Amino acid sequence: MNKTLNQKAWYFVIPVFALVAFNAVVPLMTVVNYSFQETFGSNVFQWEGTRWFKEILHSERFHASLGRQFIFTFIILLIQLPLGIAIALTMPKKGWGVPICLILMSMPLLIPWNVVGAMWNIFALPDIGFLGNSLNSLGFDYNFTQQSGDAWFTTILMDVWHWTSLVVLLSYAGLNSIQPAYYQAAEIDGASRWDIFRYIELPKMKKVLTLAILLRFMDSFMIYTEPFVLTGGGPGNATNFLSLDLVKMALGQFDLGPAAAMSLIYFLIVLLMCWVFYSLMMKDEGRT
Amino acid sequence: MSLELKNVEKKVGIETHIHSTNLKLEKNTINVLLGSTLAGKTTLMQIMAGLDKPTSGEIWFNGENVTGKEVQKRNCSMVYQQFINYPNFTVFENIASPLKITGVKPDEIKQRVGKVAELLKLSDMLNKKPDELSGGQQQRTALARALVKDSDLILLDEPLANLDFKLREELREELPKLFEDRDCIVVYATTEPLDALMIGGNTATLLEGNVIQYGKTLNVYNKPENLISAKVFSDPPMNIAEISKSGDIFKIKDNNVQWKSNVKIKDGNYKIGIRPHNITTYKEGNNSVEINGKVLISELSGSESLIHFTNGKLNWVSLSNGIQQKNIGENTKLFMNVDEFLYFDTNNRLVTNG
Repeated sequence: MNKTLNQKAWYFVIPVFALVAFNAVVPLMTVVNYSFQETFGSNVFQWEGTRWFKEILHSERFHASLGRQFIFTFIILLIQLPLGIAIALTMPKKGWGVPICLILMSMPLLIPWNVVGAMWNIFALPDIGFLGNSLNSLGFDYNFTQQSGDAWFTTILMDVWHWTSLVVLLSYAGLNSIQPAYYQAAEIDGASRWDIFRYIELPKMKKVLTLAILLRFMDSFMIYTEPFVLTGGGPGNATNFLSLDLVKMALGQFDLGPAAAMSLIYFLIVLLMCWVFYSLMMKDEGRT
Repeated sequence: MSLELKNVEKKVGIETHIHSTNLKLEKNTINVLLGSTLAGKTTLMQIMAGLDKPTSGEIWFNGENVTGKEVQKRNCSMVYQQFINYPNFTVFENIASPLKITGVKPDEIKQRVGKVAELLKLSDMLNKKPDELSGGQQQRTALARALVKDSDLILLDEPLANLDFKLREELREELPKLFEDRDCIVVYATTEPLDALMIGGNTATLLEGNVIQYGKTLNVYNKPENLISAKVFSDPPMNIAEISKSGDIFKIKDNNVQWKSNVKIKDGNYKIGIRPHNITTYKEGNNSVEINGKVLISELSGSESLIHFTNGKLNWVSLSNGIQQKNIGENTKLFMNVDEFLYFDTNNRLVTNG
């Protein structure tokens, strides 16, 4: 039987194609375009080759903010994952407590990011903020606008407050999908609480936890709004994370070329990390 | 060794899951709990294991009251309908897990696991993980875990329900052999009468949280104490009709079917229970009576034919050997084997079996 040739289906792809072109391909290519040129405004451009890439890769400023970014993300994951799992384990599995806990847990996730930043800024002000004032009256010398340690502490605390719920909700979903028979079987074997966690709950939560790590990694690696509102990258450059630094370079100093090169490098790092995570996930998947 | 439930009752909120139950299971027996879903099989097993406490009543094991004793301190094992194994352990580690926890020496573990694995045909997959195995092999692993421990009490909660037909047949045949020379009490819960018949041992029929009858499986099957027990232990469902007897003439009330029999019961009203395989499209036994029916539906299952038909106001189910093709609405003649009838009095208690 001959198939009739009908290519009309392609028309259905056009809207998506146009949409993606406008919101992803065109902006990205513009950035690529900028990254190879120098501009002094008034729409005059000059070809620079790979100069900006070399400069960025060798610049101490970039190394410093990249380093800060990795440390921040690492600390965030280190705190939020165990804390999230621990909270999920203590949440009730049935009864009236379930909806209450779920609503309480979802609340931080629903607050717009700049509102979170503003909230914590006021909350942590050393003179009038509840947190800042309390810490100072307890005898701690706390001032997040002047001491870098305090700035880090506040930023991390804010992120933990904002995002731990995501890990909690994912872990909770993972825990709830474990059939009660598993717990009974372990009890009959005489397994301890720790054994149950280590050999049943953790392996069963593996998939959702990989997802949680991936999401938390990407989000915290690209964090911008909250520290921008809270500390603005200060004091000095103490909390100047990668995306804050990028915006300062692009808009503050109008160094379009280097900023474009930096965004591309940034983009490639995120892409690389995602690929690494993805292949690790898929490696396990392939084995089963 | 014996397991005894004394007036055990289980209530959850205002609902009663298990009504006051007395049951004594003896050493070296396989005991089948037979009943439909929600009959209370699983609850009863959990109470036996100590995973759940009865609201009232006592559980005695070996002459010791174990009612409040934690499950970890009892020597029992359980196999579930779902294939429950430690997901990131190999088959070997899975089977070894209950031994490791109780601190058995590595050499002995290796030897015991090897023995059980051989028994359950798992020797070639000891290094695989559960999700690399088929459903049947996963359930074999779970069974091996239950067997390796030398428990006093082994509970099997519908272990074959999630397996496909072929594997179920295979494992069902092996199961009684596995427990043959073991010093333990085995409890096996199932919804299927056929399982009970194939496993043998003792059977308890359950309905809505009540143990209806307990005894030797064949005895329960052939002489159900009452109509409920007979219904639970019949698949496809038993045909029931009201009859009246005068002299040696027995007559079904809702149609004109009648037969002669020398069954020695007083004249009066009774109910009869006829298992579907005692109504056939051909004569069976020395003593059969004809019944005319209008075919409602006719199903083939393997080498058997299930024919649903109406006669008078009653719906009947018959099960014949071979492939018996009948059209819907067709009038057909069937034969009932009078010697196999179960006679119940009006209070649903068995009077005589044929």
